[in-house]
Amino acid sequence: MSARETVRIVVDGEELEVKKGVTLAAALLDAGVYVFRRSVHGDPRAPLCGMGICQECRMTIDNVAHRRSCLITVMPGMVVSTGQVSP
Amino acid sequence: MTGRAVNVAKQYDAVVVGAGIVGAACARALAIEGLRVLIVDGRYAAGGTTAAGMGHLVVMDDSPEQLALTALSLELWHDLSRLLNGEVEYDPCGTIWVAEDSAQLDAVREKQRMYAEYGVASQVLDAAGVAAAEPNLRAGLSGGLLVPGDAVVYPPRAALWLLEDARRRGATLLEDSNAGVKELFDHGVRCGDRDIEANVVVVAAGAEAAKLVPELPIVPRKGHLAITDRYPGFVRHQLVELGYLTSAHQMTSESVAFNVQPRTTGQVLIGSSRELVGWDGSMNRDILRRMLDRAAAFMPSLTDLSVIRTWTGFRPTTPDKLPLIGPWPAHAGCWIAAGHEGLGITTSVGTGRLVADLVVGRTPPIDAAPYAPARVLDATLPAQAGHSSGHSS
Amino acid sequence: MSGVSELYVTDVAIIGAGPAGIAAAVRVAESGKRAVLVDEAPNVGGQIWRHRVDMAHKLPGAARRWIERLRSAGTAVTILTGTSIIDVRQEGGDSGFTLSGEREHTHCLVRAKNVIMATGARERWIPFPGWTLPGVFGVGGAQALLKAGVSFTGKRVIVAGTGPLLLPVAAAMAHDRARVLLVAEQAPSAAVASFALGLWRKPTALAQAARYRAAFRGTPYRMGQWITAARGDGHVEEVDVTDGRTTRTIACDAAAVGYGLVPNLELARVLGCEIASGAVRVDARQQTSCAGVYSAGEIAGVAGVDVALTEGEIAGLCATGRSAVARRLMARRDGLRKSIARMDRAFTPREELRSLTTAETIVCRCEDVAFGAIARARSSRQAKLYTRAGMGPCQGRVCGASLEFLLGWSSDAVRVPTEPVLMSTLMNGLPNTSRPITETRT
Repeated sequence: MSARETVRIVVDGEELEVKKGVTLAAALLDAGVYVFRRSVHGDPRAPLCGMGICQECRMTIDNVAHRRSCLITVMPGMVVSTGQVSP
Repeated sequence: MTGRAVNVAKQYDAVVVGAGIVGAACARALAIEGLRVLIVDGRYAAGGTTAAGMGHLVVMDDSPEQLALTALSLELWHDLSRLLNGEVEYDPCGTIWVAEDSAQLDAVREKQRMYAEYGVASQVLDAAGVAAAEPNLRAGLSGGLLVPGDAVVYPPRAALWLLEDARRRGATLLEDSNAGVKELFDHGVRCGDRDIEANVVVVAAGAEAAKLVPELPIVPRKGHLAITDRYPGFVRHQLVELGYLTSAHQMTSESVAFNVQPRTTGQVLIGSSRELVGWDGSMNRDILRRMLDRAAAFMPSLTDLSVIRTWTGFRPTTPDKLPLIGPWPAHAGCWIAAGHEGLGITTSVGTGRLVADLVVGRTPPIDAAPYAPARVLDATLPAQAGHSSGHSS
Repeated sequence: MSGVSELYVTDVAIIGAGPAGIAAAVRVAESGKRAVLVDEAPNVGGQIWRHRVDMAHKLPGAARRWIERLRSAGTAVTILTGTSIIDVRQEGGDSGFTLSGEREHTHCLVRAKNVIMATGARERWIPFPGWTLPGVFGVGGAQALLKAGVSFTGKRVIVAGTGPLLLPVAAAMAHDRARVLLVAEQAPSAAVASFALGLWRKPTALAQAARYRAAFRGTPYRMGQWITAARGDGHVEEVDVTDGRTTRTIACDAAAVGYGLVPNLELARVLGCEIASGAVRVDARQQTSCAGVYSAGEIAGVAGVDVALTEGEIAGLCATGRSAVARRLMARRDGLRKSIARMDRAFTPREELRSLTTAETIVCRCEDVAFGAIARARSSRQAKLYTRAGMGPCQGRVCGASLEFLLGWSSDAVRVPTEPVLMSTLMNGLPNTSRPITETRT
C-alpha cells in the first residue's frame, strides 16, 4: 500500500486494508470484490450507478442490512457482509 | 324489470363484469359448469382492489355468516393449492391471532370453539407458545390463536391463474377501455359500444360496482400498506391483533389494526388501516403513522427494518360487512358478486362456488341467503352495525 | 433508533448539494438568511463535482471557488451530507415545509419557509444481454465510482452509450491510467459533428471538449457504434460492439455504458409540483407550481453545470426576496437553456437500440424481471402487478427510464419513502403531535 493512509475493515470475515476516505463500494471494487449482493435468482450484482439510485450495491454494514455501500465512507473497524442471496 | 330486446346471436352463456379475483373465481366456477363465459374488464385483470391488498387467506368470525364463507373458502383454496403455480406464491404459513391480555386470551379460547364448530382447526398458544412461534413479537403478550390452515397468496397472480384456468375451460377475457360495461339489461350488458347477450350476467366489479348498479350500498374503504426489504424468517405466520375485527367491523371514519404478513420473497407486509374518504387514494400521513405505531407496538423490531414502499387501496364495503352474492332482481339473469371488504382474496373462491351453485340450481354447501343482494332492497337492512357474534375486543 | 430525531429549523431547505444547490446556498447565506443543504452522498458536489474530502484540490477551478464560498458562509448554511430526504410536505397555512430524512440511522426533520429542489439527474440505461454483470457500470456510474476512490489503473475499459458525458468520463479514465480501448458513441458522425459545431458559440466548451479528447487520444473514438452484449464468468470479460453491420468482440475488464440523463423528480412529485415534458415546470424566478418551492438545475431540464449554477443562484436569490438582483442571471439562464435545447437532439438514441433488449434480458434489476415478461403487459402499472417489475427498492427508477424508451410507457410515480429507510425513520417523519423531538439544531 502506498503512503496514503489506510483503514482496516472486515469483509465477509476477512480483514481488508483499504484507502482512507473512499466509499465502501469503491474500496470493495478495488479489492476485487465482484459480488456485492445476489439478485432474486442468485446472480452476482455490483454497483451500476455509483450514486445511490440503482440499489445494486446494498449489503449488510455493521449489522444493518440493505445499506447502499456507494453512499458510505469506510470507517475503521467497519464490518461488512456481502453477496447475500435473496430468497 | 327493465329490459331491452337484443338480436345478437348468443355467443356466451355468461358474462362476468370485472376481472378482479372475485370475477376470475366466478368465471372459472361457471366455466367448470360448462358455461361459455365472457369476462370483461374496462382496464386489465386484477387492476382494482385485487392489485392493492395483502393477499391473506384467513378464516374470520366477525359473524357466523362470515365464518361460514371464509371457512368454505379456505377449504376450496386448499384443494386448489395443488394446482397453482409458483408465481401465485401460495404459502400455507397460517395465522396467529394475538392476545394482549387475559381477557383477550379468553376471547381466543372462545374463538377456537367457534372455529371448531365450522370445522376449522386451531390451537391456543400461551405466552411462551406465542413467543416461541414469533420471536419478534413484543414481550408480555398473553398468547394467541394459531390457525394453521390459513395461507397467503400474491393476489394479482392468483387472479391471473384463475382466469387462465377459466380460459383453459373455454372462457374468453376481454380487457381495455372497449370492454368497460356501462349498462345492464335483462340477460345482457352494454360493453363498450356493443350489446352482449347472455343468460347470466355476474357483476363482480368490486369497489366500483355501485357505478354500474347505483342501488348497491358498496363504498370504497381505503387502506394503507407498507412493505419492507427482504428479511427472511423475521415473521413466520400472518399476525393479526384481535382488535382487527373491531377495526373492520365498525364504520367509524378511521381506524388502524395490527396486521403483518410474511411474503415468500422474505419481505414483510405491514397493515392495516381503514378510512372512508371516497376515492382519494393519496397517502394520509397521520393514518400511516398510526398504523406503523400500532405495528411497532406489537413488533418493536419492525422499526429496524428498511421500508421500501407504501401504497393505498380501496376495499369494497357494505353496511352489514357481508358481501352481496346472488341474484339481482332488477334485471333478468343478473347476479351480483361484490362487496367483500377485506376478504375478497379469501372468499373469492367461495363466492365463485356459491354463484355457480345458484346459477345451475344446486344447493350450495353453505346457506347463501345471508349474502342475498336483494336484502339491499329490503327496508330492514341495517345502515350501521351488522348482526355480529364476533369476538372483537 | 425509534423516537430519536434531529430537528433543523431554517429559512431555506435545499435538497441536493451539487452545483445548483451549492450556488443556491451561497446566495441564501449572502442575503443574511439561513439554509440547510442536504445530500445523500458523503460530501457536497453532486455528480459533476463529486470528490473525496482529501482530493478537493483536484477539482476544477469553478468547483473549488464555489465550495470555498460555501465554506465561507459558515454557520449560515448547515450542511447535512449522508442524508436521504424521503418525504416533503407543506404545512398548513403559511407554516412552510417539513422535510423528513435519515442520516446514519437517525431520523432528521428540516423545517423551512421555502424549499429549493436541486436533486439533479440520473442515468438512463438501455438493457442489453449481460448488462447486469459486475463490472458493467453506468457512464456517470463509472465517473462517480472513480471519484469515490476506485482505481481503474491498468484496467481495460470501454466507454459506450451516448451523450456529452462520454468524453469527460473517458478522459478521467485515461488520467487514471486505465487502458481505454474504445469510446463508442451511438449517435451518427453527422449528429455529433453538428453538436460540435454548435459549440462555436462557447469557445471554452469547445476547448474543454478538445482537451477531453486529447486525454484519451490513443483511444479510438467511434460514432455510430454501440455495445450489444457483455459476457463473462461472474464479471464482465468481453463485450460485443457493432456499427449496425458488423460486430466484433473486445476483451475488457470494465465497461461504462449509459444513454443520457433523466431528472430525479421524485420529491417534486411528492410535493405535487407540476411536471411538463419530464421536467419540473418553473417560472422565471425558478419557482415551481407550488408557492414557496423552487427548483434549479437538471430537474428543471437536463442542461449541464453552467445552467445549474445560474439557476441555483436565481433560486437562492428569489427564495430570499432578492429577485431584482437575479435579473441578469435570468437572461444568462435563458440564453444557456436555448443553446442546450438545440444541442440535445444530437444524442437521441437511435431506433436500432430498441432491439438491444432481448426477451431474456433483465430489465428490472431489483426483482430480476426479463423484458419478455414485462412486454406482455400494456402499461408499466400492469407489468408491475403481474411481474413485480418496479416493485423493488429503486421503485422503478432504473427500469422505468428503460421502458419509456423501449415501449413508450410512462412510469408510476415514486412514493414516500422515496428511498428505502428504516421504519423508525419513516414513522418519525410522519405527523404525531404527542411524540417529542429530542434535539434541536439550527
